[in-house]
Amino acid sequence: MKRFLLPLAVFLLLVGFLAAGLKLDPREVPSPLIGKPAPAFDLPVLQKAGQSHAPGAGRFAPADMRGKVWLLNVWASWCESCRDEHPLMVELSKKGLLPILGLNYKDKDEDAQRWLAQFGNPYQLSAVDADGRIGIDYGVYGVPETYLIDADGVIRYKQIGAITPEVLERKILPMAAALRK
Amino acid sequence: MIPELGHFALILALAIALVQGTLPVWGAAKRQPAFFALARPAARAQFMLIAVAFGCLAWSFYSNDFSVLNVASNSNSRLPTAYRIAATWGSHEGSLLLWVLMLSIWMLAVSLFSRSLPDAMVARVLGVMGLISVGFLSFLLFTSDPFERLLPGAMDGRDLNPLLQDPAMVIHPPMLYMGYVGFSVAFSFAIAALLDGRLDASWARWSRPWTIAAWIFLTLGIALGSFWAYYELGWGGWWFWDPVENASFMPWLIGTALIHSLAVTEKRGAFKSWTVLLAILAFSLSLLGTFLVRSGVLTSVHAFASDPKRGIFILAFLALVIGGSLTLYAWRAGKVAPGARFELLSRESMLLANSVLLLVACAAVLLGTLYPLFLDALGLGKISVGPPYFQSVFAPLMAPAILLAGVGPLIAWRKGDVAQAAQRLRWAAIVALLGALFLPLAFGRWAALTSFGLLLGFWIIGGSLTALFVRIKSGAGLGSSFLGMLLAHVGIGVFVLAVTLVKSYETERDVRLAPGESIVLGGYDFRFEGVKDVEGPNYVAARGTVMVTRNGAPVARLAPEKRIYHVQRNPMTESAIDYGATRHIYVSLGESVGDGKENAAWTLRILIKPFVGWIWGGCVLMALGGLLAASDRRYRSGTRRREQTADATLVRGSTA
Repeated sequence: MKRFLLPLAVFLLLVGFLAAGLKLDPREVPSPLIGKPAPAFDLPVLQKAGQSHAPGAGRFAPADMRGKVWLLNVWASWCESCRDEHPLMVELSKKGLLPILGLNYKDKDEDAQRWLAQFGNPYQLSAVDADGRIGIDYGVYGVPETYLIDADGVIRYKQIGAITPEVLERKILPMAAALRK
Repeated sequence: MIPELGHFALILALAIALVQGTLPVWGAAKRQPAFFALARPAARAQFMLIAVAFGCLAWSFYSNDFSVLNVASNSNSRLPTAYRIAATWGSHEGSLLLWVLMLSIWMLAVSLFSRSLPDAMVARVLGVMGLISVGFLSFLLFTSDPFERLLPGAMDGRDLNPLLQDPAMVIHPPMLYMGYVGFSVAFSFAIAALLDGRLDASWARWSRPWTIAAWIFLTLGIALGSFWAYYELGWGGWWFWDPVENASFMPWLIGTALIHSLAVTEKRGAFKSWTVLLAILAFSLSLLGTFLVRSGVLTSVHAFASDPKRGIFILAFLALVIGGSLTLYAWRAGKVAPGARFELLSRESMLLANSVLLLVACAAVLLGTLYPLFLDALGLGKISVGPPYFQSVFAPLMAPAILLAGVGPLIAWRKGDVAQAAQRLRWAAIVALLGALFLPLAFGRWAALTSFGLLLGFWIIGGSLTALFVRIKSGAGLGSSFLGMLLAHVGIGVFVLAVTLVKSYETERDVRLAPGESIVLGGYDFRFEGVKDVEGPNYVAARGTVMVTRNGAPVARLAPEKRIYHVQRNPMTESAIDYGATRHIYVSLGESVGDGKENAAWTLRILIKPFVGWIWGGCVLMALGGLLAASDRRYRSGTRRREQTADATLVRGSTA
């Protein structure tokens, strides 16, 4: 009698795994950078329209944000999903919950400036990664991407693709609050 | 109006399915003929309604009704008519409707070809099928409505995925689904027999032709899908061990085991509980496949856009159907009387060994398919399992099964005679060995694995021919079921030979050629004559011309294309193949090296694949074998009733 229960037992185990599988996303690729210091860079800052880069001034390095918990948001004016994500960024910056810094990725300054003027600028500043070299250090493989970086400059979370309100409320903001303590 | 009609028909079908799934089963338990007489008309009405719903959806596609969301997302006014109709099953919703349509066709068939069955049995079988239908119809109506409106309607549709715009799309999914869903008949017979508490030879005899019919469709469906991938994806592979391919292959393996196990149960009354378990598993794996494809738990090229709500629904349904039937199995299977005794060396034991091997092979495929999910769920990291795992696990499990299949038909039921079988098989063994050793020399390269593959192929063909010869000499009649079995085995042999030859002797080269340049590969001369732009009905293409000659004599003029479809804009390769009985010459167009200038060089992929066509030829032989076996006289209603009563007394006598 007992051996006839075996198929049922195996099946129930399988159902358990399948149910767990429903909560997972097989397309989500974990970033090896999580728990590692954010790669250093030193890049010019995107200027307001009409202004050119003043030599010596307006550069940004992640080290400048030491002691703060902040978001690094990789964006580009040519990126469609960035536009979907953008209102959420603007809203977040208005609430002032987290400093957001941009990394303007493989973009032209004029296009980037026009885009921010049109859709609003949530960024304290945007560093210009015109040739995408810093993007390689950060393992960017699709824009937009967002990194949550803690006070010691360590990457704590990475979002590939647009941030949704759900991810923001459930993951990023609670994590940021915990990190600030 | 038409889509609403279809939607309404589906709702009515659900209501009828509810009736069909409850009253006849209850009636059969309580011996109320008035209730179980409902089963047949209910099944027919359900078929009518689902066919109407399907027709309505097909009409919406045909008439370019872009106010239906499904049509707007998966079709386009410039899509050729045949593909517009095939687009009916191109989406998640539409393919699910096709699934349900196939189920209703099987129910209709059961209601028509069951005159020789006891009415109570028919009531139970159709009742179980009705319950399955309830599950899928509610899945369709509550989570995946194919008739959802898009208001205001779109001006034009987003087009069918270009990969699906192929003649194979018209027949591959219906065939495959016929096979998948067809196992629901064997499943329902098994559940009905468990409910009834009577698992006997007549149950096996009723189940057999239905199981074989489903298996034929599945065999052809899988073969078609494989052939499609071969010519469409542009790199010449024919099987990728992709999760969705595995999802169709697992029911096939279990279905094959089931056919063999049913033979034993029918002829010898043995393995009853094992056969029932296989019948439950075959359909369970079909359901599992549906879950894997539609829930998004695995990544695959075939997967539909996933939606967690759907995943939960199918999982709950899966747990209910499979969990319920396995519980019933655990409860009832222990009470089944054991069958007739047999010796260690007998056809029974060989068939048992074969079905165990098939089950283990299926478990290995299942493990490989779900392993990434297991690890991820346990938090042990993300991995993917590729062809090397499947090849190194699957082949060693199948090799002994094939060796056994060569011997099996020559071993008697109950108690086999080893010495006699060995003597009869000596010629087959000698021919197989010599062929395996020396054929590779004709191809110019000898390798142990090649030789072993050829040995398996020749062995099963030789063994089958020997069995035919012995049967003719003995003067016993040649039933079509026996011939069908041999033909299917020969099909396996042909398949194994073809796979071995392709794996061992294919040649492949990626080249860069400017117009006028040529290259020699495998004794053929390939001259690239350049690329022209051509206009298709809904795409533009760069069409290359490659002249193939051998020793100066023309062999073929191949025209591989690279297409850009107007709406979805992604490039598609259309490879060009010269089909020959002993080899395919396969050319696909890569990238233009010189920015699309007139005389630019292009990258080309050229393959010469010996005997590759026989891979699918072998599958067709298997399916034909199945057809022969299923058409055996003893399955036809007239002769059935008499034998069945005789058989029932026999079984009762032997178990008493």
